[in-house]
Amino acid sequence: MNTSLIIAFLASTAGAATPLILAATGELVVERAGVLNLGVEGMMLVGAVAGFGVTYGTGSALLGLAAAMLAGVLVALIFGLLTLTLQTNQVATGLALTLFGVGLSAFSGSQYVGSSIAPLPHLALPVVSALPFVGPLLFQFDGMVYLSLVLVVVVDLALLHTRLGLIIRAIGESPGNAHAIGYPVILLRYGMVAFGGAMSGLAGAYLCLGLTPMWVEGISAGRGWIALALVVFATWKPRNLILGAYLFGGVTVLQFHGQGFGLPIPSEFLSMLPYLATILVLVLICRNPKTILLNKPMSLGQSFRAD
Amino acid sequence: MARFEARPSPSRLMMLGSPLIAALAMLLTSTILFYALGQQPLHAFYVYFIEPASTSYGIGELLLKATPLTLCGVGLAIGFRANVFNIGADGQLTMGAIAGGCVALYFQDTQSYWVLALMLLAGIAAGMMWAAIPALLRTRFNTSEILVSLMLVYVAYLTLSYLVHGPLRDPNGFNFPQSRMFGQYAMLPLLFEGLRTNLAFPISLVVVAGAWFFCSRTFAGYRMKVAGMAPAAASYAGFSDSANIWAALLISGGLAGLAGVGEVAGPIGQLQASVSPGYGFAAIIVAYVGRLQPVGVLLASLLMSLLYIGGESAQIELQLPSAITSLFQGLLLFYLLAADFFIHYRFKPRFTGATP
Repeated sequence: MNTSLIIAFLASTAGAATPLILAATGELVVERAGVLNLGVEGMMLVGAVAGFGVTYGTGSALLGLAAAMLAGVLVALIFGLLTLTLQTNQVATGLALTLFGVGLSAFSGSQYVGSSIAPLPHLALPVVSALPFVGPLLFQFDGMVYLSLVLVVVVDLALLHTRLGLIIRAIGESPGNAHAIGYPVILLRYGMVAFGGAMSGLAGAYLCLGLTPMWVEGISAGRGWIALALVVFATWKPRNLILGAYLFGGVTVLQFHGQGFGLPIPSEFLSMLPYLATILVLVLICRNPKTILLNKPMSLGQSFRAD
Repeated sequence: MARFEARPSPSRLMMLGSPLIAALAMLLTSTILFYALGQQPLHAFYVYFIEPASTSYGIGELLLKATPLTLCGVGLAIGFRANVFNIGADGQLTMGAIAGGCVALYFQDTQSYWVLALMLLAGIAAGMMWAAIPALLRTRFNTSEILVSLMLVYVAYLTLSYLVHGPLRDPNGFNFPQSRMFGQYAMLPLLFEGLRTNLAFPISLVVVAGAWFFCSRTFAGYRMKVAGMAPAAASYAGFSDSANIWAALLISGGLAGLAGVGEVAGPIGQLQASVSPGYGFAAIIVAYVGRLQPVGVLLASLLMSLLYIGGESAQIELQLPSAITSLFQGLLLFYLLAADFFIHYRFKPRFTGATP
């Protein structure tokens, strides 16, 4: 085992953590507003295919990322229409959104199977990126890695220290009271659901623009569900997402570096690790009912009707 | 939303009508989509939805593919009724297929249908064990059975992949990731000459009847229904939450495992890297479209089976991507959920009943 292997491992950890951070941050805000959207996986896939298609067609990754966010918002709004306006069960509708997203992305992506695009450019920051060890480790990523970290911090501050954040938390804890004071609960929840869609779409696009610059059917491979588990891991606090996502990112990339590290384990078992780690983490966090009770938004998953 | 008012009680007519409305809306959308894809809508509609079911062979295929959907869907519906969301049926199906396959390969030279019986039992047991993990973690550690059961789907897929790439790979199979073909006594007997429909289909009918009995004629079924419809009332009545969770997951897991054996001992005939085109996930839609009622699930699984077969013939005859099937499946559930709005709400004309 040598230094360059470790650097490669840690650097790819950041890449694997980025989509998890993006999707989980979006879902966390949605859940703080009292809405449980189990459709993260579906929104990621729709974002991925939109991002890939537009980048493939126009050659512009920026347009691709924008299209992914837009596509994420659009499918999230279907979820919003059903759960917020038509009062459908959030669990069932979220599952429907995932199944629909899987189908839509596979269908519209079938023309791209085997195509590849130029990956997102890596931003080598001047001077510091040339530093030994820390240079390649911290200062040579593509822009999304940095953006995702900035976004977590911004969302954390916004949610906990601004008036809008307070209102969002209020409609998640007690939509009836928030409505009585005069806040537009349904409208705000629509807004948050759309934000979650944009973030999931962005996360999906990063999978096929940043991580593997080609189209593979079902490219998200359960990452949307892992993002949902990360929200629980973070006990609904954005800043905790960073640690969780980087832990999971590390576990995820272990399968690609396992052979480099000389682990004598079949690759399938290494590939199981992120899923098993998710279960383990859920057990550790949920084991204490107080942790959940104190942190989970009170109205999470319940329909609200203003009348 | 001022033009809709809540119904005094849920509409029974809409309970039964909304799956039909959803199916019609899905058919209409599909026709529009065919047009947008440059197909002749009526011809594409015929190829997709009519032609597959117009021959006896087609009917046989319809029943063949409806079988795993029914088995999984019935189990999931029983759980969903009690608000226990097992969404990992595809993983339990895969584990059932692995267990059944291991029995078949171990008793390769045994000339008796006891092999088949043992396979079915092993499949049910494996599915139950896989579903017992989320049940245990939910009752013991309060973890979400949704996330745990889903995570275990990927673990099951990878286990199967490891086995057919390694220990169970056919030594004479030119390195293809698949096991040996099963022997004659490890295969479900066919029902009709020339059709692929096998014994699993009548088994699924028995399961539907049994599930109907369980849901509507037993106390355990009643407890689960109350727990789903009125959790507070259920805990007030002293109904055990964890008993419901265990029952829901073990039943759905066992049935999914049975469906897995049905696939490998039926149309597939060996272990392959993948034994299900997502039956366990499609069964979620089947459960909802079937109104979480066993008989409804049977009908819904026929519709879903038609979507699978139609997708195949559309792929062959119209060169449409096969993924169009999962797109239609997703649409169907969306439409159903939207149509369900009218179970609880009704349209209110704006200017009626003006007060004097």
